[in-house]
This record gives sequence, structure tokens and C-alpha cells, in this order.
Amino acid sequence: MITQAASSITGKEVDAVFFTVAAICVVMLALISFFIVYFVIKYNSKRHPTPVDIPGNKTLETVWTVVPVLIVLFIFYLGWTGFEKRFEVPEDAMTINVTARQWSWSFEYEGGLTETELRLPVGKPVKLELTSSDVIHSFYIPAFRVKKDVVPGLTDNFLWFTPDAVGVYDLFCAEYCGLSHSSMITKVHVMEEAEFIGWKEGKLRKAEKEAAASLAGDVVDHVSIGRRLSVEKGCVSCHTVDGSPLIGPTWKGLYLKKETVITGGAERLTLVDAEYIRKSMLEPGADVVKGFPPIMPSQEGVLTEDEIEALIEYIKSLSDNKR
Amino acid sequence: MSDEYYREEVSGAAPVTGFYDSSGRRAGFTPWLLSWIFSLDHKRIAILYLVSTLSFFAVGVSLGFLIRLELIAPGATIVDARTYNAFFTLHGVIMIFLFIIPVTTGVFGNFLLPIQIGAKDMAFPRLNLLSWWFYIIGAALVLLSLFTGDGLPDTGWTFYVPYSLKTAADISLTAFALFILGFSSILTGINFVTTVHKLRAPGMRWHRLPLFVWSIYSTAWILVIATPVLGMTLLLVIAERTLGLGIFDPVRGGDPILYQHLFWIYSHPAVYVMILPGMGIVAEIIPVFTRRVIFGYRAIAYSSVMIAVVGSMVWGHHMFVSGFSKTAAFVFSLFTFLVAIPSAIKVFNWISSLYRGSIVLEAPFLLALVFIFQFTVGGLTGLILGTLSVDVHLHDTTFVVGHFHYMKFGGGGFAFFAGLHYWFPKIFGRMYIKRYANIAVAFLFVGFNTLYFPMLVMGYKGMPRRYFDYLPEFQLYHVVSTVGSWILITGLIIMFVNLIYSIRRGEKAGANPWGGATIEWQTTSPPPVLNFVDPPVVDRGPYDYR
Repeated sequence: MITQAASSITGKEVDAVFFTVAAICVVMLALISFFIVYFVIKYNSKRHPTPVDIPGNKTLETVWTVVPVLIVLFIFYLGWTGFEKRFEVPEDAMTINVTARQWSWSFEYEGGLTETELRLPVGKPVKLELTSSDVIHSFYIPAFRVKKDVVPGLTDNFLWFTPDAVGVYDLFCAEYCGLSHSSMITKVHVMEEAEFIGWKEGKLRKAEKEAAASLAGDVVDHVSIGRRLSVEKGCVSCHTVDGSPLIGPTWKGLYLKKETVITGGAERLTLVDAEYIRKSMLEPGADVVKGFPPIMPSQEGVLTEDEIEALIEYIKSLSDNKR
Repeated sequence: MSDEYYREEVSGAAPVTGFYDSSGRRAGFTPWLLSWIFSLDHKRIAILYLVSTLSFFAVGVSLGFLIRLELIAPGATIVDARTYNAFFTLHGVIMIFLFIIPVTTGVFGNFLLPIQIGAKDMAFPRLNLLSWWFYIIGAALVLLSLFTGDGLPDTGWTFYVPYSLKTAADISLTAFALFILGFSSILTGINFVTTVHKLRAPGMRWHRLPLFVWSIYSTAWILVIATPVLGMTLLLVIAERTLGLGIFDPVRGGDPILYQHLFWIYSHPAVYVMILPGMGIVAEIIPVFTRRVIFGYRAIAYSSVMIAVVGSMVWGHHMFVSGFSKTAAFVFSLFTFLVAIPSAIKVFNWISSLYRGSIVLEAPFLLALVFIFQFTVGGLTGLILGTLSVDVHLHDTTFVVGHFHYMKFGGGGFAFFAGLHYWFPKIFGRMYIKRYANIAVAFLFVGFNTLYFPMLVMGYKGMPRRYFDYLPEFQLYHVVSTVGSWILITGLIIMFVNLIYSIRRGEKAGANPWGGATIEWQTTSPPPVLNFVDPPVVDRGPYDYR
């Protein structure tokens, strides 16, 4: 876990500017503090009983207007040149589509591979296209000194960087996005290029096999697809599969359980069957399980019919009552 | 604005005693209370603001204390995430809209502006009372909105869409409450501007105005010009939530970034509403305790106006990573650096005012010096944040939280405390116990910096703000910061116990305990109902001691 060292080329530039500006600030603060303390001691009324009125000094006023203007223009220039580069993506950058949702991230590589942790080859520029499926999030990797808000409805919203050290880094959501904002964390694995290619091809082959099996009309393994979707679509950031309640009810033993739900303010008992689960995904606010906040985002338009089927099969598999 | 009007209002029986113990107490509690909450006397209205804003300050501090306690360890410590999110939202809403924006204008603006310019009252006393009532109604609605929704407000004080459109809390009512509070600000602003233009005593030329008046005057203009934008924006949020107009909601083709622009067009200038009057207070205090004329009167006065003007054009620096254009970032960053200049000019002039003075160390002056130090830290960290490439890293981390607390609390809040210790004998006619006041200052200084400096460090290390839970590597900084909050609160308790005790029990202060030259010190402490027994004559500048 490395959050401190700047581990990207942009990051090293940011640090250089930061320490330059911070040094200027420290010198200014030291001077100001020194003069306050020095004057307070030297011109204490006991030592200096007769004050001298000095109403002002035009030269001094000019100097301490012009010099700070030059200093801040210099700092502005430093910041601007570093910032401008963030808009100029190298042509050979690898593109990854990032989707943010309450409260998880997913990363889609070329070829359709979708992951919940970001894996990158070291030394290669990468361009991340950012989209949000609900509210504003912010993509932040402190170690790389990169951040960009992920705004729903905003197109062509991207950031790019070049990681330059192998390692595992933290990725945070930096824009407050509701209940589990501080859990919207994942990992960035920066790997040697060969290792990265091997990893990606392995994943793609597996996906192809699944697709081929499905086309050939073999028995589709809905349960394992459902399990994969539950991670990719972020279900697991609120629903556990081990029986412990998180933000939403656990999926373990949920299927065919009798739950007290709140419908339009009134409590009633209902059976958690396939129909109820489907409705909970598409209209989560309609029947909310008692004791949980009504905050699940609707999956209407997010999940396809096949994906809903697969998830229901997966949830079924977590219950002893399978009928 | 006739003098007749005042005479009628105050009635012939107005005695030349202090304004606050003159009427009604013997008649019972209700008449006494009514004589306060419907008073048209600017000094009584100031006291109403003092009591109400400080009550909300106590609530805000308690919430801040709980936030810090929760963050002493990773994971859930004393509350769950839902409650924590409500805590920081309410802490922000209360501290900003119910405390730091109204406090200095409401209390010292009301109490001192008319007296310092030699007027009998504000230009519009009824409007002045209405401002306070709007404040109370707005505050009551904020409290009501805690109970009307499904859960406490949990959006942060910024109400960013689309989250604020989706949350189950009753954001519509909270927004409406702030809309009402906005009217309080606008009416106060109009009243202050008019008063400065129209009610100056004979001989009170613009360049004889005390610097506090200059700063309040600039602040009043910001209130009048910027607050309507907030009102409009909040109405749009309410319309969006209830009617689904599609202005901000991307699902309906709206633009969430538009909301951020509108919000910060008000809320950035509002930052100067929080700090400008404080700068004015410090400029009053320094010459009195150095026993010399202030250095660079005109530079300090005009820089207040400069801050009001340039400060209206920097709002975009809250949005450097929101996805807006390079050009916008260029312009807003440049203006952000330029607005630092008038603030720097003020700091340099204040410090030069110590040169060859004859310095007496008393609590108001010590607080003013602490203000200069903390405000400088706030300003310099602002330079770091204004630096575009660095801001990308620091935006939405605790570095920003540290920075704005140095500005608003370390600056604005401490300046208010300084003013409270400076004008306390004028307002209440009695002096607090000076030794305890000095002890409180020491606690406040140490506590404040222990609380907020670690936020700067961990923010640079990547600790995002508004986080209920955090990675273990940040814990050391959180623990130090939490300990700082305990020291700070100890200081606040010492300070307020001392002040409250001294309202009745302190020693009589006399008209001019500090030897101030501005004309509020020429009248009695507390001042009589119409401020001056004999109309003041102004024939010299505000800081001419000889």
C-alpha cells in the first residue's frame, strides 16, 4: 500500500511544484512570524514607552504590492504548465473505460474485459474515460497525483497518466457520493508489461470460452456469471454473501425467506421470490426491507434481462431453499 | 429618515442610561422578552444576534467535536456512516449559514457601524429587526428539516446535484430555509450600505471612517450582490426535486456542473463575507494597543474594496477537477492568485503598524496577532491550492478542510473573538477577568493549530475529505487532530465562561478602558439609547491619538 510517493511522471512534476510553492510559503510565514514576535518584544510599552506615528510609506506599499504580484504570477505559471499537460493525451495511450457508481468502480478494457481492480502495465501511458451511472464521484489515485470528477451525463471526460513504478496503490472516490463514500476504494496494480499482457489474455480467453459455451447451447453456468456480475456491477459493496448485513440485506439464505418490507410507509410480510428480487433491482424503492435505508439505485437500463436472470440464479444458489 | 421617527419610537421617557437595562424588567418576563425581540435599537438587535449566533456556534462546535471523536480510529468508533454524514452536513450548514456569515456583521456590524460613524441607529431600523427575524425563521426551518425527511440531511453543506436530488432527506426544506436566511443577508447588506452613505456624522468624511466600517461596507455590497444568486439556485434545486424540471439532473438532460457554478458564484464571495469584517476588527485593534496611528490607512481601506471586487471572480477555483475547460481553469487560477494581493497588502500594513509603537499585550491584541498568523497560513495554503497542477492532487482532501478552517475559523472566528474581547467593555459596560482571557487565548492558539495543521499534512498524503472510514496509515494524524479539538474546546469553555460571568460580575469598565480614538469610545459604556448624549463632532482621523 503506497499512497505517499509520487509514482507517476505527472506525480513527480506535481511534487516538484508543490515543494517549490510550499518553500515560498514557509519563507513568507517565517518572515511574517519573525517580524510579529520581534516588534512585539522590541516595541513593548515597557521598553518603548513613547510611540512614533508613521502613517504610511509609498515606496514600501509599492514594493510589497509589486513583489508579491511577481511571485504569484510565477507560481501561477508553474501550476498552469503542469496542468495543461493533463489535457494532451499521448497517441499510444491505452484506453480503459471507467464506470463509477454508488459505491464501487469498474474498469472495462478493450475487448470487453471488465474488472473491479485496475491493472496497468508500468511505463505505458493510460487514458481513462470516466462515466458515472448515478451521482458525481471523483477518481483519485493519490500516489499518481491524479484526480478527476466523474460526472453523470458528461461526455469525453477523461484523465491520463503514466505509472512509473511497479506496485499496488490505493484508488479513492474523492467527491462525496452518499452513505458509503469512504468505502468506495479499490486497488491499482501496476505490473511489468509482460505480466500484464499475460494476465489480460488469460482473462480474455476465459471469457471467450464462456461465450462459446453459451453459443453452442451448452448448459450456461448462470451461477458463476451471476457471481462475476455481483462484483462487476458493485452489488457486493452493499450486499454480503456470508450472512452479515451491510448496507443492504445479505444474500445468504435470502431466497424464499419471509421478510418484513415497507411498502408506501406500511409494513407487510412478503416472500423473497424471483419476482420480488427482480422488482427490487428495477424499482428498489417500492418494497424496502425493514431496517435498511431506502437508498439502492435502480438497475433499470444498467442490467440486461440476461444479467438479471444470472444474478437471480446466483442469489438462489446462496440459499438452502432452492425449490 | 427623520429624527422625528426615532423620537416617536423611543418615546420621551428614554433615559440616558445603558440601552439594555432601561426598560421593562420589573414588569415581568414577557414584557422584558418582547422589549428585546421586537426592539428597533441596533444595539439590542446586535445582542440578539450575539445570543442566537453563539448558540448555534455551540451546536456546531459540538458536532465538530463528535466528528473528530469518530475519526480518532478507522472504522465505526462512536456512530455509523449515516450519522457521520449527517454530522458533517449539519456542522457545515450551521457553522456557515447560521454562525460565521451572520455573526460578525450581525453582532459588530449592528452594534458598531452606527456608533462608529456617529449615527443614532441604522438607516432602516425596522428592516434591521426583520433581518434578525428572517435569520430566526430560517434557522428554525433548518432545524425543522431535520425531522421532516427520511433521515437527516446528508449532502454536505454544498448540496451538490445530482446527489441532493436523490437523497431521501428533506433537502427541499433545508434549501428553503437557506433561501430565507439569504433574505436576512440581503436586507442587512442594503441597510448597512445605506447607513454608511446617508447617516455619517458631520465631519465624518470617507477617509475618516474607521477601517472596520470600510470592511463592513465592502462586506455589505457582497451580501447585496452575491446572495440573490444563492437564493435563485436553491429555488431551482427545490423546483428540480419537486417538479423534475431537468435543469441540473443529467437524466433529464440537465447539467450538474451548472449547479456548481451557480453555487460557488455565491459561496466564494461568501468566504469574504466571513473574513472581511474580521480584517476590519483587527485593523481597529492594532492601533489601539500599539498606541500609534495605523500604517497605510488607505491601502487597508481600498484593499477591502479590491477583495470584494476580485473575490467575485474566482469561484471557479472550487471546480478545477470538475471537468471544465482549460481556458476556464486558466482564468480562475489567475484571478485566484490576484485576490491574494490585497490580503497580503493588509498583512504587511498590520505588521508595519507594530513598528515603533508602544505595545500593550492584552487579550484582544493577542487574538489579533494569532489571527494574523493563522490567516497567513490560510492564505498561503490558498496559494498552494490555487496552483493548478497541485490542486488536482489536493482538491477534496483534508488539505482543503485544513485550509478553509485556517481561513474561516482561524481567521474569521478568531477575529470575532478578538472583537468580542475588544468591544466587550463597550457593549456590557464591564471588563472580563484579563488573566483568564489570556489563558484562554493560549489554549485556543495551541488547540487550533494542533487540530488543523495535521489535516494539511495528511491531505497532501492523500486523505480524502468527508470520509467516515480511512486507511490505517492516516491514523496518527487523525489522533493528533482529535487531541487538538479537545484543547481548542477547553479554550473555548474558559473564554466563554469568563465572558458570561463578567457580563454581570465584571468590574465596571468606564467609557474608554483601552484608550481608543474611534468615536464609539467617546460615549458611555454601554452607550445610551440613541448612542450619544451630545452629537459627536468629527474633526480628525480614526486613529489620531494626539
